[in-house]
Amino acid sequence: MTAMTQSTAPRSPASWLKIAPEGLCCAPGGFHIDPVQPVERAVITHGHSDHARPGHGSVLATPETIAIMQARYGDEFPTRYHALPYGEPIRLGEVSLTFAPAGHVLGSAQAALEHAGTRIVVSGDYKRRPDPTCPPFQPMPCDVFVTEATFALPVFRHPSDAHEIGRLLHSLEIFPERAHLVGTYALGKCQRVISLLRQAGYNRPIYMHGALLGLCALYERHGVPLGPLIHVTNQNKAELKGQIVLAPPSAHADRWSRALPDPVVAMASGWMRIKQRAKAGGIELPLVISDHADWDELDRTVDEVGAPEVWITHGREEALVHHLGKKGYRARALALVGFEEEGQ
Amino acid sequence: MQRFAELLEGLVFQPARNGKLRLIETYFREAPDPDRGYGLAALTSSLVFTQAKPALIRGLVEARVDPVLFGWSWDFVGDLAETVALIWPEEASPHPVPHLTEVVETLSTTGKVELPGVLMRWLDAMDATQRWALLKLITGELRVGVSARLAKTALANFGGVDVNEIEELWHGLAPPYLELFAWLEKRGEKPAVDGEASFRPLMLATALEEDETQGLDPADYMAEWKWDGIRVQLAARPGGQRRIFSRTGDDVGRAFPDILERMEFDAVLDGELLVVRGAEVAPFNHLQQRLNRKVVTKAMLTDYPAHVRLYDILRDGEEDLRGLGFEERRRRLEAWYARVRPERMDVSALVPFSSWEELKALREGARENGIEGLMLKRRDSPYLAGRPKGHWFKWKRGALTADTVLMYAQRGSGKRSSYYSDYTFGAWRDGALVPVGKAYFGFTDEELRQLDNWVRNHTTNRFGPVREVEPKLVLEVAFDSVHRSTRHRSGIAMRFPRVHRIRWDKPAEEADRVETLEKMVVE
Repeated sequence: MTAMTQSTAPRSPASWLKIAPEGLCCAPGGFHIDPVQPVERAVITHGHSDHARPGHGSVLATPETIAIMQARYGDEFPTRYHALPYGEPIRLGEVSLTFAPAGHVLGSAQAALEHAGTRIVVSGDYKRRPDPTCPPFQPMPCDVFVTEATFALPVFRHPSDAHEIGRLLHSLEIFPERAHLVGTYALGKCQRVISLLRQAGYNRPIYMHGALLGLCALYERHGVPLGPLIHVTNQNKAELKGQIVLAPPSAHADRWSRALPDPVVAMASGWMRIKQRAKAGGIELPLVISDHADWDELDRTVDEVGAPEVWITHGREEALVHHLGKKGYRARALALVGFEEEGQ
Repeated sequence: MQRFAELLEGLVFQPARNGKLRLIETYFREAPDPDRGYGLAALTSSLVFTQAKPALIRGLVEARVDPVLFGWSWDFVGDLAETVALIWPEEASPHPVPHLTEVVETLSTTGKVELPGVLMRWLDAMDATQRWALLKLITGELRVGVSARLAKTALANFGGVDVNEIEELWHGLAPPYLELFAWLEKRGEKPAVDGEASFRPLMLATALEEDETQGLDPADYMAEWKWDGIRVQLAARPGGQRRIFSRTGDDVGRAFPDILERMEFDAVLDGELLVVRGAEVAPFNHLQQRLNRKVVTKAMLTDYPAHVRLYDILRDGEEDLRGLGFEERRRRLEAWYARVRPERMDVSALVPFSSWEELKALREGARENGIEGLMLKRRDSPYLAGRPKGHWFKWKRGALTADTVLMYAQRGSGKRSSYYSDYTFGAWRDGALVPVGKAYFGFTDEELRQLDNWVRNHTTNRFGPVREVEPKLVLEVAFDSVHRSTRHRSGIAMRFPRVHRIRWDKPAEEADRVETLEKMVVE
């Protein structure tokens, strides 16, 4: 850790949580949050690979996030993992840290940091609508709220999940002779789409690209039932008329998808709200299902946590800075690099 | 509006022609009159609203939403109608969602002053998809990948009639097409549109390969030049309707006032629209200057004078001549022309011949501007709609070819969505490759698999669905001609480029230079 040298007012929030080349750095606690480069001590909010990178000396995360990281990175790196369940405070140097659910994916957490009488909540990625695969976001009062801004434009207003799943099931009725290939991220979106289908009463087997199976098994071990899943192989691929097939987002453009019977190409992502974007990606059935807060939810969340100061990371920072500034918040953009847009 | 909005959204995402047809037919089946008639009118661009300008819509949204946020959103989304549809605040509205009919009828009677209030009320009542459909509708361009012809084909499928029957009626009918739907649902008589300057579906030729002349007796056929312009049908009634139809039945008359004003006759004629200076036919891209223009300037009329070279006569006064044989119609055409002598028109000359060899020699000798090859027409063929086999043949001159280097490949759509099937190719200039064209056919399925494989293994860069590849693979492309173009960096554009052969064997350095292509330009 480097010593504090900058001229920020002593003990102001910006003096003890700031941007370093490795990522968000908390010097008095001696750790980085979701660092993009290997560091000695990392606090990881959730298991997506742009937040949970390999190679750190030690990792503090929820037990579920650690399970995900271990499944992804195995024993490749000599990382020491420390599991911290939601709601249990831990002392790190001069800082107290507590995790609270972020509602993004299994194990996703906000990190509440307390130091010098001030509380900063780093929310990581989050969403506000119910998700059968993880506990809901829990608003925590704080002095500074650090929020994502993936969908921070007022054109992003996600419709209800049930409505979108309904469109998928409707398409299955119209095109019973075609496979329905749904692009989903391996962690979170995949299991959520399966769970939403089950909630909608779809009990038939769901066919899975091999790359998605590992994390599905992990979800089931953590108490998220997914129902019958069948691995798509070269043997059964051509027989999937009228079946739902889940695969990573790029699979429809891949040679893997060729043997599928005339697939309807669907994609589950918040970006599907923009027609031209869906069309350019060759998507025939765009499903607006997102694991991120939409514009209204970002706005509401900032109001609920009641922090006078809001720091905004990865996404369309300028729009949220502008909007919150007009509402009287001290809002600024944190120029973090290295985070990917969902769907890119 | 709900059904129409769903239809448009479905069409936007449906890449396959048959899928689009299925969606439109379902709409005709499920939507009530007169809504479906207005829906049909929207798909065939038969509705024009002049009041709702983009600036007005922008003004409406900026009164509701922070203009700064709107501006960023518009930058991000790229399309005005879609941005406004998505960003419009959703609040409970006391107003019901209007039907399509209400929208169309209100717009045609509402003045400039009341329009903003009406639009605002509608936008408040609608959901995002309906707002998007409304804004697309009133600003003109639907851009859902449906041509008027496709909509009419869906209509024909819906009613179980031939699409040409619909084409013949089309220009005598107006939205909301109640009689037409009644007829298609066997609830009413076929609408009577005789006496109008209506469209008669064109007779088209099939391609003739070199060895296919063997079975044909030269004495049964007449030959004429195949002119490289735009096939049109001129339909006029004295003191009444005058129309210039394209091959697909679109009325293109507005772009050609210099022809329209000379159609002082009572006939329906088939011909080729050309730009002709003096006696000389100008290259095809001169004619292109005259197409799709909203405003025709004086300069355009002077610089690119339009002309129609007549091929056939379908109606002379009250007499329908389509049942006569070609030779007889041709006599009637010549007699008609001698009698009427319209300016800016002439009769396409016949090419006399006695054997196929002789004709072939004539064809190869004709390197004149504007000649694509020859047309062969059976002396006894009636004028039949569509592309009937065995009556008319086009016998094109051999294509030009060039060796080019594959530069970019783009994924196709529909069945080709997992294949890189659209190829941009370049030629050399000063040691660098300059794109000279794009082709997406001409290869077999097996060759497509090989090309796709090659693209995946030689990618150097990705831009969304496009891959840049190592400049190593030579594609021999065939094309009908080369023209100057200010829109392309190479300064040239090819007509009908297609992949002729994949030259796996040829080193990229030996591909052609842009200069070589420039020498092929027809001035």
